[in-house]
Amino acid sequence: MSVVLELSDVVKEYPGSPPVRALAGVNLTVENGEYVVVVGPSGSGKSTLMNVVGALQRPTSGTVRIDGVATSSLRDGRLSAVRGRRIGFVFQQFHLIEGMTALENVSDGLLYSGVSRRQRMTRAEAALGLVGLADRMTHRPGALSGGERQRVAVARALIADPAIVLADEPTGNLDSANGASIMALLRDLNEAGRTIVLITHDRDIAAAAPRQVTMRDGLIVDDSMAVAA
Amino acid sequence: MTTTTNGFDRDLDSDGQDSTPASRLRPADAVRVGSVGLRTRPLRTMLTALGIAIGIAAMISVVGISASSRADLLSQIDSLGTGLLRVAPGQSVFGDDTTLPDTARRTAGRIGPVTEAAGLSYIQASVRRNAFIDSGITGGIAVAAVDTNVLEAVRATMAVGRFLDHASPDAPVVVLGADTAKRLGITSLVGRPRVWITDSDGAGQWFSVIGILEPSPLAPELDSAAMIGYGVAATLYDATTSPSVLFVRAAPAKIPAVRNVLARSVNPAEPNQIEISRPSDALEARAKTDAALRNLLLGLGAVALLVGGVGITNVMVISVLERRGEIGVRRALGAGRRHILIQFLAEAGLLSFLGGVVGCALGAGVTAAYAHAKGWVLDVPIGSLAAGAGIALGVGLLAGVSPAIRAARLDPAEAIRPT
Repeated sequence: MSVVLELSDVVKEYPGSPPVRALAGVNLTVENGEYVVVVGPSGSGKSTLMNVVGALQRPTSGTVRIDGVATSSLRDGRLSAVRGRRIGFVFQQFHLIEGMTALENVSDGLLYSGVSRRQRMTRAEAALGLVGLADRMTHRPGALSGGERQRVAVARALIADPAIVLADEPTGNLDSANGASIMALLRDLNEAGRTIVLITHDRDIAAAAPRQVTMRDGLIVDDSMAVAA
Repeated sequence: MTTTTNGFDRDLDSDGQDSTPASRLRPADAVRVGSVGLRTRPLRTMLTALGIAIGIAAMISVVGISASSRADLLSQIDSLGTGLLRVAPGQSVFGDDTTLPDTARRTAGRIGPVTEAAGLSYIQASVRRNAFIDSGITGGIAVAAVDTNVLEAVRATMAVGRFLDHASPDAPVVVLGADTAKRLGITSLVGRPRVWITDSDGAGQWFSVIGILEPSPLAPELDSAAMIGYGVAATLYDATTSPSVLFVRAAPAKIPAVRNVLARSVNPAEPNQIEISRPSDALEARAKTDAALRNLLLGLGAVALLVGGVGITNVMVISVLERRGEIGVRRALGAGRRHILIQFLAEAGLLSFLGGVVGCALGAGVTAAYAHAKGWVLDVPIGSLAAGAGIALGVGLLAGVSPAIRAARLDPAEAIRPT
């Protein structure tokens, strides 16, 4: 198994007086095909961890390797490319674009990759089929239920075939039934070989995951895998 | 630019070198992405584009109306021909007005290429509807004796009735110019209208109106004249046959040659006292000289465009604020700052271009309606339509720069989080 995510001594500080140290030296290794849930109360630094792991921000110090690429020294353009090619995002608020159909929303996952429109559409159809929404392709987000919207978002995260699917509270805006079905979808994807990093404050969700990483005050205080090892 | 089609090979670089293919946005996709925001908010799009549409419509109609007016003048010149010369006596060395020698029309007619030579002589008389109107009130109408071929010479046409002819040179009949008829209130020959013409001593005589002329662009003096025959003029008013104005027509190509010899043949004694002009030149000059007004109106259109552009900037700033989430997502999907910039520039440009196209149609419509009402030839220069759409696009891109930069500068991590 190869390592797809590697954080060593990652520190992230936000300027201010005094500066806020959101990550205070985090070490984390995720291997290809793993399903990791990062759990912690608000203010524990898990959102910052998501920013750093998702290449949305660079660490203040330490090294982050995403799919082998060290992001610390990348400029904005390169960092954007890493996000687009190597990471698939799923957000709590779905973040689908109104005014575009489910199919178009999913195909936008490849918009910045230089793939032709026809190919994007073909792959978007496949991705929507994978999440069980083959019959909702021409629906706009407003005409979809919350659970369906999140499925569209998952399809969009998958379409570029990323090394890591990064999900930030993916069930936070869903009722328990829809939440459970999204969790089941993510588990199926993991069983099919996807690497999934899920961030949540929900201990129940974390409890069901094969590996739990617990954060507090900008540090990893517990890693079930590390304990097992 | 990388050309790999899948580009998602999972080769790990152990040294941390970045082998990620760069993000890119195809031009067609940029336009498509730029149009999403517009399609999502149609009312806002319409209202914002309206400002640009009004500006462009104003500019197009100004250009179109002035072009149509010019086209009309030129077509008038075409139909009237450029083969007319107007010969008038200059002032004598003492500053007196003079007349041409009464042989003028004969000597001019003898010049080879000349096809018509017709004289007009002003008479000391005034014309009114009846004898009870004070003789001082002339209405600016001149009484003139004219040769019967003057119509052919200046290519004027009758609105109603007939012109003076050889059949009745001595009869008390009169033909009115277009303005004269309007001022006297005579628009048709129904009821056999008469006018009262008095000489300088106040002795009057009824004249029957036998015809009314259409406006005569090449010889405007006919418009404000009441025309009678030389015979009756001589009998009643002791008028001579010396023309005050002589109209000479020849083939347009021969006009310069005719012009060279005309003064000498009309007045061999004092050729330098003769003034010769070519009335079609004045029409041509008019076709070129409405530039001042046109530029003023174009300026107004430009102001409307400026206001429209500011409107676009405003709406785009709002749009960027509202769509932080979308911007964040696109950044997460791989868009670099550049691609966000391009998206919002494309949106502003499209919005304005849309307004420009509507404005072009509107402007062309206004021009068509105006030209139709005026009875002009319609002429909307294609170049002005292209320029209108192009200017609109430029204004939109310019208006979009600042909001697009704001959008591109948003921090992706912050944009993605709800605030």
